[in-house]
Amino acid sequence: MSALELLTWARGTGLSLALVIFVFGILLRLFEIFSLGRKADLSRARDTSPGSGWRTIVRRSLPPPGLFKRSPVTYIGGYVFHIGFAITLLFFVPHIELVRGLTGLSWPGLPMQVVDIAAVAAILALFVVLASRLTNPVKRFLSGAQDYFAWLLTLLPLLTGYLAFHHVIVDYTLMLALHILSVELLLVALPFTKLFHTVSVFVSRWYNGDIFGRKGVAS
Amino acid sequence: MSATFERGMNAFKEVLDAPIASFFSSCVHCGLCAEACLFYTETGDPKYTPIHKLEPLRRVWQQEYTLLGKLAKLTGLAKPVTDEELAEWAPLVYDSCTLCGRCSMVCPVGNDIAYMVRKMREGMSAAGHAPEGLVTATTRAIQSGSPAGVKWVTVQAQIKHVQADYGSEVPVNRENVDYLVLMSSWEILNYPEYLGAVGRILNRAGATWTLAEDAYEATNSGIQIGVSDLARELVGRIVGAAERLKVKCVISPECGHAYTAIRWEGPNLMGRPFGFEVKHILEVLDDLRRAGKLKLKGTLDTPLTYHDPCQLSRRGGVYEQPRTLLNQLAPQFREMSDNGVMNWCCGGGGGVSAIERAEPLRMAVFKRKKAQIEEVGVKTMVTACANCRVVMEEALEHYHMDVEILGLTELVAAHLDES
Repeated sequence: MSALELLTWARGTGLSLALVIFVFGILLRLFEIFSLGRKADLSRARDTSPGSGWRTIVRRSLPPPGLFKRSPVTYIGGYVFHIGFAITLLFFVPHIELVRGLTGLSWPGLPMQVVDIAAVAAILALFVVLASRLTNPVKRFLSGAQDYFAWLLTLLPLLTGYLAFHHVIVDYTLMLALHILSVELLLVALPFTKLFHTVSVFVSRWYNGDIFGRKGVAS
Repeated sequence: MSATFERGMNAFKEVLDAPIASFFSSCVHCGLCAEACLFYTETGDPKYTPIHKLEPLRRVWQQEYTLLGKLAKLTGLAKPVTDEELAEWAPLVYDSCTLCGRCSMVCPVGNDIAYMVRKMREGMSAAGHAPEGLVTATTRAIQSGSPAGVKWVTVQAQIKHVQADYGSEVPVNRENVDYLVLMSSWEILNYPEYLGAVGRILNRAGATWTLAEDAYEATNSGIQIGVSDLARELVGRIVGAAERLKVKCVISPECGHAYTAIRWEGPNLMGRPFGFEVKHILEVLDDLRRAGKLKLKGTLDTPLTYHDPCQLSRRGGVYEQPRTLLNQLAPQFREMSDNGVMNWCCGGGGGVSAIERAEPLRMAVFKRKKAQIEEVGVKTMVTACANCRVVMEEALEHYHMDVEILGLTELVAAHLDES
């Protein structure tokens, strides 16, 4: 199979397969969560705090008092990675073009130089959080094969994308094919690994805010 | 309670709900919950990481309620939860978690870890892995009415003292009153001044109140040990008395988990909303103050600080009321560095103070509170939970610290304008 054939497969059948598994997987996982149900809380809420769940979805992105100082690497590494990854994914012009081709939707992109910096920052942040995972006694203790696997799956699209864009190491066609394949791997694994937090974080933060909110505690 | 491993596993399956499934799905092993937990910060041992305390429950969830987990179980790839493992986890689920919920406030993906530990204890106790001290306390509460074995005659003796000291009657089993006053065993045994203080404040405010012969104990070790059936039995006594006497409001005493048990878990345990209100004594004091019925005179001119009981502030939403009262009563009131909903636990909540084998650990983690007290530099600490008070008094003794602890209700009563 030539690089071009690989690219063609990745762009066609591969992408379709990955998207089907991705969407089906997310729906399945959400069904697994919500089908467990939740008993109505019969205690009288302190105040009818409408939107406490939604507010927590936003507020939990900020460190609570004192925590930043205790774990700066986790916070800085986390912010830089997530923001860098989001910029690269959503504001790189070829990515927007791809979405436009598939759905017709489009939005303005960012200059190449900005996306380049974001991608490099995200990659560096990934190595920093990996080093932290290997050296911090708590993270090391909690981590299993899945944590490192998820890390690798997240790194690959960034790394292959960066190398493809800068035409280094191998030829462009092959690197682009590898880039798309790594994205497909990520899509397939996302619903079934801890990477699912991308989706479930909205659910768990909402429940947290709802539980605390009815007791009159903003979180 | 005939406990078996199967009953435990069934209880685990029973307690797993959509919030817990979303919490386990979201955890990325970032380790921040450990930084919020005094059992980790004061020992440096990663096994005390809050989310790790739930590992057996997580695997039950994964193997029973997710497709991949079920497949792994069928093909023998999943590691099954064993009875030995649960035994090994008991010190993590009970001795080293006070259900303080500080981890639940910091988790970046919003996991309410304390909610999960509370639920996990249902399975642990059903499997027979609840610590002996808590089992004894719960059995005693069911049989005699109080976890410390305090009987109504003891309360009667105290009523006589209060009546002799203050010359006012202590109403018992009176119907159609505003408030049903409850106590905790600690207040009956160690801090008898509480009953007198509440009585004087309510009388001065012109409120009507009563004690109930069949429901004087507010604490609920069924909640701490994680046996909902027993927790329901204990809450049911209070609900029964409140309905029989047709009171408007039940006052939870200066006890954190009693408040959680009656105010938040109570209606859910009973399976119906209550027709009466449930308030912590600090909420009642604040209500009276707002209504102009709490007249105070003089101040306590000593530097002091306030220790937030976790179940009251973080898990209960009562954190402004004590500050309003203290700002009025104590001109030299100072806050500790982490306060209100981000306070640090005394180290003995959630039933930990009843577990004998946990005592060395409890003393070790008190170093956090010790550092806070030393930083704020006061010799007087006010709180509103008799359990926090007992735990901290013991630890202060252990560390040879010259710090006095006062109950906020008794401090208010001491400054009551009775003229």
